[in-house]
Amino acid sequence: MTLNQQRKLKTILTGLFAWTVALVLFFPIFWMFITSFKTELQAISVPPSLFFEPTLENFRIVQERSDYIHHAWNSVVTSFGSTIIALIIAIPAAYSMAFFPGKRTKDILLWMLSTKMLPAVGVLVPIYILCRDYGLLDSKTALVIIFTLMNLPIIVWMLFSYFKDLPKEILEAARMDGATPWDEVVKVVLPLSVGAISSTALLSIVLCWNEAFWSLNLTASDAAPLTAMIASYSSPEGLFWAKLSAASTLACAPIVVFGWFCQKQLVQGLTFGAVK
Amino acid sequence: MKHLTKNTLTYAVSIAAAMTAASAMSATQITVATVNNGHMIEMQKLTPEFEKANPDIKVKWVTLEEGVLRQNVTQDIANKSGLYDVMTIGMYEAPIWGERGWLQAVDTSGSYDEKDILPSIRDGLSYKGTMYAAPFYGESSMVMYRKDLVKAAGMEINDRDSWEHIRDVAAAVNNPEKGIYGICLRGKAGWGDNMAFMTAMANSFGARWFDESWKPQLETAEWKNAVNFYVDLLNKYGPPGASSNSFNENLALFNEGKCGMWIDATIAASFVTDPKQSKVADQVGFAQSPYSVTEKGANWLWAWALGIPVATKNAEAAQKFVRWATSKEYIQLVGQNNGWAAVPTGTRASTYANPEFQEAAVFADAELKAINSANPNDSTLKPSPYVGVQFAAIPEFQAIGTTTGQMISGALSGSMTIDQALKSANTSADRQMRQAGYY
Repeated sequence: MTLNQQRKLKTILTGLFAWTVALVLFFPIFWMFITSFKTELQAISVPPSLFFEPTLENFRIVQERSDYIHHAWNSVVTSFGSTIIALIIAIPAAYSMAFFPGKRTKDILLWMLSTKMLPAVGVLVPIYILCRDYGLLDSKTALVIIFTLMNLPIIVWMLFSYFKDLPKEILEAARMDGATPWDEVVKVVLPLSVGAISSTALLSIVLCWNEAFWSLNLTASDAAPLTAMIASYSSPEGLFWAKLSAASTLACAPIVVFGWFCQKQLVQGLTFGAVK
Repeated sequence: MKHLTKNTLTYAVSIAAAMTAASAMSATQITVATVNNGHMIEMQKLTPEFEKANPDIKVKWVTLEEGVLRQNVTQDIANKSGLYDVMTIGMYEAPIWGERGWLQAVDTSGSYDEKDILPSIRDGLSYKGTMYAAPFYGESSMVMYRKDLVKAAGMEINDRDSWEHIRDVAAAVNNPEKGIYGICLRGKAGWGDNMAFMTAMANSFGARWFDESWKPQLETAEWKNAVNFYVDLLNKYGPPGASSNSFNENLALFNEGKCGMWIDATIAASFVTDPKQSKVADQVGFAQSPYSVTEKGANWLWAWALGIPVATKNAEAAQKFVRWATSKEYIQLVGQNNGWAAVPTGTRASTYANPEFQEAAVFADAELKAINSANPNDSTLKPSPYVGVQFAAIPEFQAIGTTTGQMISGALSGSMTIDQALKSANTSADRQMRQAGYY
C-alpha cells in the first residue's frame, strides 16, 4: 500500500468513525422526534415501527394542555438572565486570575471546580428553605441565582483558559499607552475574546435550558421552565411516550435552532487553545 | 465596545428587575399539584366549570411526574411552604400526614354525602375517623385475562382462583414462539411498583410485613413461599426482562396482545378495554385477585386523593375545590361530557349504582367487588400493627419497601437467591426500624 493510499484509507476510516459517533449521538433525538408523530399504540409497538402514518395529535394535545409560550419564556429568561449575570462576574474574575495570578489562584480555581462535584441533592433542603424564607419559591429569580452559581465555575474556567493564552505583551502595550484596568478589559481583552465568550455563553445557555433538578424542585407553575413542562407528561398509569416525545421535541426545538445558527462560534470557541 | 457593555448591563439589569417583580397572585387563586393520569387531566379540562360556578376562585395546575410530585409535596408540606393549596396524595400519605397535623380535615358537611364514599376508601384516607384527603379515584387489583387465549387453551378462569390455578392457566396459555406470555406481573423495584403487587400476593400466602412488636417478618416461611412462587411463575411464563416491568410496561404488553393474564390495578380495566389503546379490547375478562392460604389482603387498595395542607392561605377556596372535584355532581359532569366509561371510579357507591355506568363499564362489578373486599385495617392473616394492604402506613415504609423491592427484583433477574434477597431485606428493615425507635 502506497503512502497516498494509506492516507486515503485513514481519511475514510476517520470519516466513518466520526459519522458512526454522530449517528449514535443523534439517534435518541431522532427517535424522540419520530415518536412524537406516532399514536400511543404505535409508540409502544414491538418491533418498533419506522414507517407509519404520522399524526400531529400529540402536538395538539400538548398545545391544549400546556402553556408552551409561558414555559418557553421562563426558559429564555432564566437561561439568558443567568448567563449574562454569570458572564458579568466571570469576565473580571478570569481576567484577574489570568493576568495577575496570586499564590493561591490555582487552588481557588480548583476549589471553584470542586463545587461542581457536590451532588445537587445534597444542598436541596437548605436551598429550598432559603428560597421559602425569602419568598423565592416558584420565582424566576431563584432559578436565575441558582443557574448563575451552578455555571459560574465552568464559565470562569473556560474564560481563564482562553485569557491566559492571550499574549501579555498586548496588555503591556496598552498600559504603556495609558490604559486603565477597565480599558484593558473592555478595549483589549473583550474584543480579542468575542469567540471564546460567545461559545462560553452558548454552553451556559444550553446547560441552563436543559437543567431539570432545580427547576422541578423550586418551581410550581409561575416560574416553571420547559423541563418542568416535559416532566408533566410522564404518567404512572397510562401510556404517554408519544405525548412526552412531542413535549420534548417542542422543548428542544428553540435551543437546537439557536445552536444551529451559532454552531460556528460554538466550534470556534470550544477548540480555542487546541492548536497554537 | 463601551456602547456594547452599557447595553449589556442595561439588558441584564432589566431582566433582573423583571425577574424580581413578584408574581401577582389574587387572594383566591389556588394552586393544585397533581399527577399526569387520565382522570386528573380530565379534571383540569373541566375546571372552567368550577370557575364558572365560583367566579371568585381561579385554579392553577401543576402537573408532575409521580416521583417528583411526592418529593415536591412532601417538601412543601413538611416545610409549611404554602406553595400548593391542594395536593394530590395517595392512601399512604393521607393517614401519616393527618396524624402529624400537616393536613386539614376535609369538609364533608352539607350536600357532600360522605356516606356515599366506599367505606374501605374512606377508612384508608382517614386517621382516627377523620378524613384528611378526599378520594378522586380509587383502585384495587384484579386479574385481567384474554378470554380467547384462555378458551383456546382449554382452561377457564373463575371469579376468584387460587394461585396454583392461575399458574396452570399461565402454563397452558404461554406460547413464547408466538410472542404470547402466560402472565405479566410487576417486576420493577419500588415500594409502589413490584412491592405493591408482591405485598398483596404475600398477604394471600399468610405473610405480613411486621409482627405485633414491629419486627420485620421477611424471613418467614410465608414470605419465602410467596416470593418463590412469584419468581418461578414469572421466570417460566412471564415476558423476558420482567424485572424492569411495572404498570406502564405491562399495560403496553397487554394492549399489544402479548400477555395471557395480567394482575394489576383495576384502573387498567378502562385502558385495556379501550379500542383506541388496545388491540385486544373486546377479548378481556376480569376476575378477583388470586389467593393461596387466605383471601385476606389478596388485592390491594389505593386511592389518589386531594388533600389540603394546613399552610395554605386559601383554605376556604381549596375546600370548595376539593368538594367539587370529589363530588357526585363532578362524576355526573364527566359522564355527561365524556361518557360513563370515562368517569373516575372507585370512590362512590352511587357511581356503581348508576345504570349508565354499569352499561358502559364492563369491569364495574369486578372493580367494586375488589375494592369492597380490601380492608386496610385488617389485611393480614396473622395480626399486624399497621394500616394498609400493600404497604404499611408508617414513614419508614417507603425506604424499607423500596429496598425489599430491589432485593426481590434482583432475585427475579437471578443476581441473587431468594433466601439471600429476603435475608438482606429483613436485615435492612430491622436496622431501619431500630433506628426509628420502634424497639
